[in-house]
Amino acid sequence: MATDTRPARIVRIPARRSGAPATPHRRRRHRWHRSLLIHGGLILFGLLMLYPLLWMLSSSFKPTDIIFRETGLWPTGFRLSNYAEGWSALRHPFHHYIVNSLVIVAGSIVGNLVACSMAAYAFARLEFRGRKVYFAIMLGTIMLPVHVVIVPQYILFSNLGWVNTFLPLIVPKFLATDAFFIFLMVQFIRALPRDLDDAARIDGCGHWGIYWRVIMPLSTPALATTAIFTFIWTWNDFFSQLIFLTDPDLATVPLALRLFVDSTGETSWGPLFAMSLVALGPIFGFFLAGQRYLVRGISTTGIK
Amino acid sequence: MSTAPSRTAPPAPAPPRRRAGYARRREHRVAFMFLLPWFAGLGLITIGPIIASFVLSFTDYHLLRAPSWIGFENYQRMWDDPRLHRALLVTIRYVLVSVPSQLALALGLAMVLDRGARALPLYRSIYYLPSLLGGSVAIAILWRRIFGTEGLINNVLELPGVSAVADVLGIVPTGWVSHPDHALDTLIALNVWTFGSPMVIFLAGLRQIPSMYYEAAAVDGAGPVRRFVRITLPLLTPIIFFNLVLQMINAFQTFTQAFIVSGGTGGPADSTLFYTLYLYDRGFGSFDMGYASAMAWLLLMIIAGFTAVNFFASRYWVHYGD
Repeated sequence: MATDTRPARIVRIPARRSGAPATPHRRRRHRWHRSLLIHGGLILFGLLMLYPLLWMLSSSFKPTDIIFRETGLWPTGFRLSNYAEGWSALRHPFHHYIVNSLVIVAGSIVGNLVACSMAAYAFARLEFRGRKVYFAIMLGTIMLPVHVVIVPQYILFSNLGWVNTFLPLIVPKFLATDAFFIFLMVQFIRALPRDLDDAARIDGCGHWGIYWRVIMPLSTPALATTAIFTFIWTWNDFFSQLIFLTDPDLATVPLALRLFVDSTGETSWGPLFAMSLVALGPIFGFFLAGQRYLVRGISTTGIK
Repeated sequence: MSTAPSRTAPPAPAPPRRRAGYARRREHRVAFMFLLPWFAGLGLITIGPIIASFVLSFTDYHLLRAPSWIGFENYQRMWDDPRLHRALLVTIRYVLVSVPSQLALALGLAMVLDRGARALPLYRSIYYLPSLLGGSVAIAILWRRIFGTEGLINNVLELPGVSAVADVLGIVPTGWVSHPDHALDTLIALNVWTFGSPMVIFLAGLRQIPSMYYEAAAVDGAGPVRRFVRITLPLLTPIIFFNLVLQMINAFQTFTQAFIVSGGTGGPADSTLFYTLYLYDRGFGSFDMGYASAMAWLLLMIIAGFTAVNFFASRYWVHYGD
């Protein structure tokens, strides 16, 4: 996407400049000044936006009592004691909560990849009665607020004895309830040439074979986008974890942070910031590693 | 498992019509198998609960006791519940202020970036980052601290140069999150901060506008402002509409930020009592599940209503090509 519009822009800039009465030399200098201004502004704005994050990072290395006396970023003494203190501030060491989160995240990713890709294959490639209606229903559920269904879901899972287990957070993913990803994969699969399916069919593949041997391997970018978004959303999710996991032993990272806030109140901001950064770390990592997929995912479907 | 018949079936010999019918029926069956998890989820996790929620909204239900039918009493209670009115007011104000601000900022920056920033991917990533982090508990904790009495914002306001400007503007350092007049503004600021995801969508939309329109306009002597108003804006209206609908629906569901910033209370003085927060409080704080179900349905109706208004109004300002 970044490359295919380059020529367009090259054409556009001379067109805009064509009115300027200037020698090539002056024109170039003018453009240079203008771009310096734009880049300066963009960088400044970016820094302003990231300042809170950078401030949290530097604060996590400062003793709590001086965090709020300093606006500057560079910590005067570099110390990790906030991290050590935060790690053991709750009943369990912090990695206990990280493991809880990771179990839920891993289950959710597998569930979404399997169930959503299967549904997407059917919508994108198979003919069946009511396909358009089901597709419309599927699109409708994308926008459905979780709050509307949470009460009956809670009643259902509580009758199954699943409250205070990870099951209410994982099992729905195996039932393709994150319709976002079905839509994302349908869009992707539709763009794959059908000749490949036909070739595979002639070679003796059935629908499961085409799904597994042709469509899935070619859909790696869509699958990666799904996995990354599932990771970030599940890792960040607070509402459903707050509802289904009330046992502090099962607390996930967001719940642990909340316990931290409640138990220490306004006193130990240094360790709290340190653990908040630990919580943000994986998202940041996925963001760095998977930017390409993230940007493509948002641009094609508009998901967050 | 259904690969077996196709592997053994010889490609040619059967008469074409019978084969087509057979293949179609088989395709139905296979499609059903592929959709089986989704069907189960739709029934058990989505549509079933929507219906159950509707039925429960006419009952008095506290989880341990069996539900008892009380007709429209929950709705009657909602009509008389001042906290519910407060929650509606807070949420609608939040949606109506934060979403347009966020989209304006997103569009503005998308325009600047599209104007030929050479390092576009870098800027795009930096601006997008807050969208990924914005919904997390960690950021809400940070926000609570930044806007606290001794927080970063007040520290900045007390810097020599800044304080003079702030005095002129009438901005006085205060405990932003603990002041009923300002607490909601901090959450609005948080939502505006996550302008990156609509910005990326705007950028993709800007790329779709053929450059020949701009060339033609430039030949006709249109300046940058006119080109923006007459070309960019009309051609971008479908994208603006899309972002508007999406971000509004999202904003109505805001929970985590308000929960953490207010310590789970919706305080101070219910000034951040978002609808979802009050719903959580009723349903899972006091386990008044009948009332919470009625609230859930009202939320669904409100979101559907706003979306319908959006779609209706879109006829007057959204241009879909010609």
